[in-house]
Amino acid sequence: MIVGEQKPFAQVKSFIEEYGKLLVVGCGSCATVCLAGGEREVMTLASALRIAFLREEREKEILEHCVTRQCEPEFLEPLVARARSEGIEAVLSLGCGVGVKLLAEKLQDLPVFPGLDTKFFGATTEAGVWVEMCAGCGDCILHLTGGICPIARCSKSMLNGPCGGSKDGKCEIGPDTECGWALIIERMRRLGTLDRLDEVLPPRDWSSGHFGGPRRVVREELVTHRSDDE
Amino acid sequence: MKSGSNLERVLEADQFAVTVELGPPMDCSAEVVLEKARLLKGCADAFNITDNQTAVVRLSSIAGALLILQEGLEPVMQMTCRDRNRIAIQSDILGAAALGIRNCLCIAGDHQSFGAAGRLKGHPGAKNVYDVDSLQLVSILKGLRDDGRQQGGDPVETRPPLFIGAAWTPMGDPVDYRPRRLRKKVAAGADFIQTQGVYDVDQFRGQMAKAAAMGLHEQTAILAGIIVPKSAVMLRYMDSSVAGVTVPRALIDRMEAAKARAGDDKQRVRLEQEEEGIRITVELIEQVREIEGVRGVHLQAIEWEKRVPEIVERAGLLPRPTVAEA
Repeated sequence: MIVGEQKPFAQVKSFIEEYGKLLVVGCGSCATVCLAGGEREVMTLASALRIAFLREEREKEILEHCVTRQCEPEFLEPLVARARSEGIEAVLSLGCGVGVKLLAEKLQDLPVFPGLDTKFFGATTEAGVWVEMCAGCGDCILHLTGGICPIARCSKSMLNGPCGGSKDGKCEIGPDTECGWALIIERMRRLGTLDRLDEVLPPRDWSSGHFGGPRRVVREELVTHRSDDE
Repeated sequence: MKSGSNLERVLEADQFAVTVELGPPMDCSAEVVLEKARLLKGCADAFNITDNQTAVVRLSSIAGALLILQEGLEPVMQMTCRDRNRIAIQSDILGAAALGIRNCLCIAGDHQSFGAAGRLKGHPGAKNVYDVDSLQLVSILKGLRDDGRQQGGDPVETRPPLFIGAAWTPMGDPVDYRPRRLRKKVAAGADFIQTQGVYDVDQFRGQMAKAAAMGLHEQTAILAGIIVPKSAVMLRYMDSSVAGVTVPRALIDRMEAAKARAGDDKQRVRLEQEEEGIRITVELIEQVREIEGVRGVHLQAIEWEKRVPEIVERAGLLPRPTVAEA
């Protein structure tokens, strides 16, 4: 999932100071699963904002909404219609950055603010802990490294084994970070495939990642081309 | 000869090599570098100029290398993968070679979150690069030198004559993987190796035996790293906090005993420990020298370079050999 974390309350509040009617929008997908921006978090945040403004004796209308997936245009249509019909002045999204971006696109003349900091692609490893697992680099090498990604899980994205900073399974950047290469070596040892790491991997072509510029995926068979005859 | 560097010649002549680390200042004082150079001249075959070590901004490795070169010392330019992409790396290497720099040590570099292990501010919010890893850096240099080819495939007409070095942390975790990691670096093209600081000679001997069993000691010149200890506090810190360094209890006890001998006088406490540190260093040099496959030592006296000549002298490594250019 895409893991997010709520921005500091004061910062979120500062975004919306000047608006009288606000819609807080949650997302039923990743943001819900990582307990950062689902229906429940929308309710909690909206209440907290109402109370904070009331304490300052300022009345604001803060409405709540949750969509199944903020990252898919069709799920946003009812929301767009509601924002228009109810005279919403600004939207606070508790989706990931994709949700914020897409909402902004659909709600052309309305300001959309991010309620979350979008962190990474990851998973929960224990209650309350989420860990980055994939860097979204666009050219997966997990078949070479036992299913554990050195790009995402090594602080230096080393491709040919651990640097000198691995200690007791931890990374040199701190005791809370596992050494990605210690994990890879342990895993491949267990699989009996450690020898595969002897191969020297050449410098990578990073153009498949963000470094190649904003990316897109095109599946020709699904693209509906307009015929020239029409 | 790959580079014709003094370090390469000394090793080719089967002499026990000595390299010494020279840390550049955190400002633009050429004088600081030159002063250290004058102090260290003649006590090693080549001198490593660190590259923003512990992720703290210092006078650049390439400039430091040129400064000592002009002073008549041979530099080993260190280059990390942290701060440059492959374009900058190759450009700097070609530039360094044009300036007469012949040795380069390829390292990953301490992560930018280090900031001298918290003693300085550093730049923990910096964006790192890690376009290539330290092993790929070795292979890129080899490609420039041996194939006359840039990493991207473009030709290099005048090839840089480089003696290519890599680091090895023999006692780093996962410790049983470390000899294989060395083998990979050798396969990538490392002509020489400088190891992380060795205090636990027995453990190092064990790792060297594994490397020797793979024949690596014959394919590359391994220089054992020795970090000169200054105090019991430093030894304890190295043991607990520096990855790949373990300090045997006996050495810490020796340093503690030196401290205890000194009584309450703060200056004596410092001096006694420093003297013990130098004795320990000399003994470590003698011990690693006996290990099969160790072709030299790499001394690091962090901001304490002034004591290096005495250490090298006491270890019986002076004068340094003169090996004529072929």
